[in-house]
Amino acid sequence: MMSPLLEIDNLGVTFSTRRGLVEALRGVSLSLQPGEMLGLVGESGSGKSVTGFAVTGLLDKAGRITAGRVKFRGQDITRASGAELRNLHGANMAMIFQNPRAALNPIRTVGAQIADAVLSHRRLSKQEARAEALELLRAVQIRDPDRRLDAYPHELSGGMCQRVMIAIAISCNPSLLIADEPTTGLDVTTQKVVMDLLARIVADRGMATILITHDLGLAAHYCRRVVVMEQGRLVEEGAPQTLFRAPQHAYTKRLVASSPTATSRVGDLVPAEEALPVVEVNERSTPAPGAPPLLDVQHVVKRFDDGTAAVADFSMTMAAGESVGLVGESGSGKSTTARMICRLIDPSAGDILFDGYSIAKLPARDFHRSPLRKEIQIVFQDPHESLNPRFTAFDCIAHPLLRLTGLRHGDALRSRVEECADRVGLPRELLSRFPHQLSGGQKARIGIARAIACRPRLLVLDEPTAALDVSVQAVVLQLLDRLRREDNLAFLFVSHDLNVVRMMCSRTIVLRAGGIVEQGESLALFANPQTDYTRELVEAIPHIGSPASLLPA
Amino acid sequence: MGTIGATLIRAGRRFLSSLPALFGVLVFTFLLMRVLPGDPAVFFASGPSAGKEEIEVVRKQLGLDRSLPEQLGIYLYDVGRGNLGRSMMTGQPVAKDLQQRLPASLELTLTALVIALIAAVPLGVLAALRPNSLIDHGVRLFCSLGVCVPTFVSGLLLIYVFYYLLGLAPDPTGRIDVFASVPPARTGFLMVDFLLAGDVEGWWAAARQLTLPAFTMALFVIAPLARITRASMLVSLGSDFVRTARSIGLSRWQIVVTYALRNAILPVITIAGIVFSTMLGANVLVEKVFSWPGVASYALDALLVSDYAPVQGFVLLMASIFVAVNLLVDVLYGIADPRATAA
Repeated sequence: MMSPLLEIDNLGVTFSTRRGLVEALRGVSLSLQPGEMLGLVGESGSGKSVTGFAVTGLLDKAGRITAGRVKFRGQDITRASGAELRNLHGANMAMIFQNPRAALNPIRTVGAQIADAVLSHRRLSKQEARAEALELLRAVQIRDPDRRLDAYPHELSGGMCQRVMIAIAISCNPSLLIADEPTTGLDVTTQKVVMDLLARIVADRGMATILITHDLGLAAHYCRRVVVMEQGRLVEEGAPQTLFRAPQHAYTKRLVASSPTATSRVGDLVPAEEALPVVEVNERSTPAPGAPPLLDVQHVVKRFDDGTAAVADFSMTMAAGESVGLVGESGSGKSTTARMICRLIDPSAGDILFDGYSIAKLPARDFHRSPLRKEIQIVFQDPHESLNPRFTAFDCIAHPLLRLTGLRHGDALRSRVEECADRVGLPRELLSRFPHQLSGGQKARIGIARAIACRPRLLVLDEPTAALDVSVQAVVLQLLDRLRREDNLAFLFVSHDLNVVRMMCSRTIVLRAGGIVEQGESLALFANPQTDYTRELVEAIPHIGSPASLLPA
Repeated sequence: MGTIGATLIRAGRRFLSSLPALFGVLVFTFLLMRVLPGDPAVFFASGPSAGKEEIEVVRKQLGLDRSLPEQLGIYLYDVGRGNLGRSMMTGQPVAKDLQQRLPASLELTLTALVIALIAAVPLGVLAALRPNSLIDHGVRLFCSLGVCVPTFVSGLLLIYVFYYLLGLAPDPTGRIDVFASVPPARTGFLMVDFLLAGDVEGWWAAARQLTLPAFTMALFVIAPLARITRASMLVSLGSDFVRTARSIGLSRWQIVVTYALRNAILPVITIAGIVFSTMLGANVLVEKVFSWPGVASYALDALLVSDYAPVQGFVLLMASIFVAVNLLVDVLYGIADPRATAA
């Protein structure tokens, strides 16, 4: 047995915040062998990122190691001085961060940034460092590396930026690499390419890696050993197959259950004791033949000022109560399409019929005066950003009622808002709070309550759960599904998460570069994709159950 | 070179879009001057005892008997031909007066801005590196004092200490000793002209004259520059890319200067442009205290005697300088931030 590269012993970290001291880590112990890839999974606030920052000595000023030790190659680095840390950084341990574009200096060429990293630990001339940077760009398989050397981060895609970040991290061949959510925010296909590349590089160079992620599938796919964290503690550890097939700890069980997979159904995501009571809903009778569909989108086009088409010729119809998924990578035009349909932006050409009435001709600026505004409502992606910080929860939900239904302040309004809150499972006593006093899940509920307050018939959901933890996502998805069936609501569900769309939508439309690639019944479409693009998308999703033997030994 | 080309195109477009604003300033000042109380004809008629007829004659001479739109038309026509009118006060064409006095103002303001930047940027960086430390509070106190004390007070204070008590500074009367020989005016900037003439002694004398008023002005604008440097430096230091720089073990100097400061300086450029334009117009107090023959005190004197043409010329000059400074800031920004040209 080799001596471990990294040993964390009973580590405790405390952050001093405005509300007093917060314990972020409570007695975490871990060890990592040279060349091993360890997955660190958990939801936000579990302390997985803090563990990474504590090891590398990059904690914020507010964070302090209060207990325990970190040993790297047998040497205690818990309280290493600035100079010692500087020698460790880059040369011995390096990090890859979430949001690669922000992690790179926006006004320095990527070549110069890689050269900075090279020069910080090796005595080379500027030319040699530049040559080395070029070599590293080749190693991370960037096309046209000579030209990219002088590119700025904003000229590269997110996936490219992450490759540059990897190049910086491996520039001095560290023996420990900590990857903190390296692919969050990237498309599934890009995620697969970047992760495969990373896995090959660390295997080739014999680097030990800690992969910090909220995505159980990703950890299962790339790691031989996975550690589950909850509220600053390690709760379970093991090989992904055993850990995720037969979780022992209650938290792991819950986490595994709420992670959507290729076969899960909405009802399965939430443990039985927390599930919403099942409401028997009579399926509405199908509309009379000859009646117009609820939504009829005809050859809609959106061109930008420079002439490029974000959406080129998009058509679809939806019946009342139907749920349709819109999937595709970033830049596929799915959000633009959704915004045109809910009349936040104007299409350049084509028509949109709602209930047989054309709504495309009415400018988006004036659509709020249309009586149809309350029929089409939106749930936005980011529950934090889409609530007015100076509105209480009550105000947020009451706002559309005041503007669109003519209700005035008074008992009627109060009872209507309370009814909405009840329906989305938001406790009434939280209605007087401001958004910053609420959790992400509670804010998501406010967003949904606001959208259903006017009893719309079509709900456009733009990545409604992308910013939420899986356990919260599970509850929110279940809630949405129930609301849809109770009110015979139609859903246009925009998401990059195919597993979520498969559960939520009976029909799915796959978009690419502004055009429809494929559409059909969700289950059939995902089980048996007809186009290469859809197949690529489906296959790129890492699954909990997939074998870990994909890595070269 | 595509970046610089794009920056120039953008600057050109900005310039064109600022022309309507310049025109607006022209018309507005003209109207404002006519609305303000005070009759120039009364002022410039030969003496207080001048009779009605005499005043009428002056009025006719000045063209003040015509209708307002007519006056405006004549004015615009003249400005279009580069004729800003004649000052009643000095008897010279306004364009010539401004041309003589603008270098004095520019020299003073530019020196003050350079001093302010040299002081403010390091102070802001130091304060940001240790927020809420003794240094931070010290910088804050210094900045508050600089902003609280009016320039005429701090100017007099500096004169009292350095001229009267210590005798280090020359007497605060203008750009150069009245008896000293003036170098041939090539640029109008005394510091440059002395150097071009090879007169080191004269240069030193002019520099000494310049020091006190420049510091007086600088004190006043250190505060906004230091505060914005501190704020944007704090953002920069807390950003993801500085964390990346730390994670690869770059030296502290490289992290603070190459990574954090170069990003943090972008808003400082913008603020420095605004501060410069403000200083140029608002430094009349400093010019008065130090008897500095600048454009602002010239305009104030003209305003007090209802001399229309110099005031209108001054406002037009300030507006043009404001446009020019903004263009310069745009170009600098385009060079400093590669993203600006892409957007």
